[in-house]
Amino acid sequence: MGAGMSIRQAMLAILERGPMYGYQLRAEFEQRTGETWPLNIGQVYTTLTRLERDGLVEVVGHGGADEGDRAADQAGSDRQHVSYRATEAGRSEVSAWFATPVPRTQPARDELAIKLAIAVTLPGVDVGTIIQRQRSATMASLQDYTRLKRTGRAATPEEPADLAWSLVLDSLVFDAEAEVRWLDHCEARLRRAALEPGRGAVRHESPAVTTAEEPVR
Amino acid sequence: MSAVLHLAAVSRVHGEGATEVHALRDVTFRAHPGELVAVMGPSGSGKSTLLTLAGGLDAPTTGSVWIEGTDLASLDQAGRARMRRTSVGYVFQDFNLIPALTAAENVALPRELDGEKGKVARRLALTALEEVGIAHLADRFPDEMSGGQQQRVAIARAIVGDRRLILADEPTGALDTDTGEEILQLLRARCDAGAAGVMVTHEARHAAWADRVVFLRDGVVVDETGADEPEALLAGEAGR
Repeated sequence: MGAGMSIRQAMLAILERGPMYGYQLRAEFEQRTGETWPLNIGQVYTTLTRLERDGLVEVVGHGGADEGDRAADQAGSDRQHVSYRATEAGRSEVSAWFATPVPRTQPARDELAIKLAIAVTLPGVDVGTIIQRQRSATMASLQDYTRLKRTGRAATPEEPADLAWSLVLDSLVFDAEAEVRWLDHCEARLRRAALEPGRGAVRHESPAVTTAEEPVR
Repeated sequence: MSAVLHLAAVSRVHGEGATEVHALRDVTFRAHPGELVAVMGPSGSGKSTLLTLAGGLDAPTTGSVWIEGTDLASLDQAGRARMRRTSVGYVFQDFNLIPALTAAENVALPRELDGEKGKVARRLALTALEEVGIAHLADRFPDEMSGGQQQRVAIARAIVGDRRLILADEPTGALDTDTGEEILQLLRARCDAGAAGVMVTHEARHAAWADRVVFLRDGVVVDETGADEPEALLAGEAGR
């Protein structure tokens, strides 16, 4: 998946602002993205180690760490006192990242699309109920994002990082909205297919889509 | 806290025999003070019928509709009309302002119909216009205002005189995204201030402003999100 890649690029890009410790880097990332994609600190240092290996970042100082501990450089506790900065090669990688569109040729694996794709082909699966449960769950998330958007720092952005967070929330809102629309669309198409036998609807013992008499719960 | 609006086992059947249509089947629904409820469903699911019954514009075939503790069936026509003017505010997709009246006159109209003196009604209208942020447009006519401004006037008309139940039928349907969000902010603020709101919408992003989202299919409530009663939430807060 592309997520690991984008974290690496994002960390490298944030380092353009100046040298940082791993904890600072994580804080800067989360200030812009909320807790949408939480980073554990081990992941941050693993990524920094790889970036260093690839010559994209370099260590600028061992502030706070005792000189004698240098030998134990790979120990996590010591690495926390190491500060990193982007190299020239790192900076050109960041420029290339911003200059290149994120490819959509290989869509991220979408568990919901896969689930429905399988469900509509299996007899005895109540697709209507799957759709309704999903719609309620997605709607509940959409309500949460909307609440975050209209309260807190996203509602009244004071600095660029607040605005960034508000835009990330917008992205989540658009995604969830698109999912609800897609579910509405699937439901309408399945209903139509159920009314017109021979148009691709799976023959079920019970109707494919929940009928009015049967509330979901 | 008792519900401002309570539909108790409500059904509505249009027509008879072969042409019989069940618009709503045995729907029970409540809206409490401080709560904004969104109703979602495809066309023909019964959401407009629900709103019409809630506003006393139509009567259920079976079941009952209660507004602030009064069974609408116990009122005569004049009583229902008064209930609509004093307790219920209606907001429509296409604003429904009277073109020959200014913003302030449109907002004052329900109060004047209710027997309020012209001056008092105008003062109340100006307060309501102030609340929706357009006091400065009080003397404009609808065709001198943008869609968003007209919908603000319509909301002012719906809340004038402290009405506690706001019914909104696709209130953002005729507006662009940003203007729509401003209108939702107003409805939200009104509910946060203690009114009960019921909003019919087919837009998920607008329904997301609600505390609860109710899904209608073929006249039946099939599911809802955030179904916790507000008092249960408050009790949870207190216990923390």
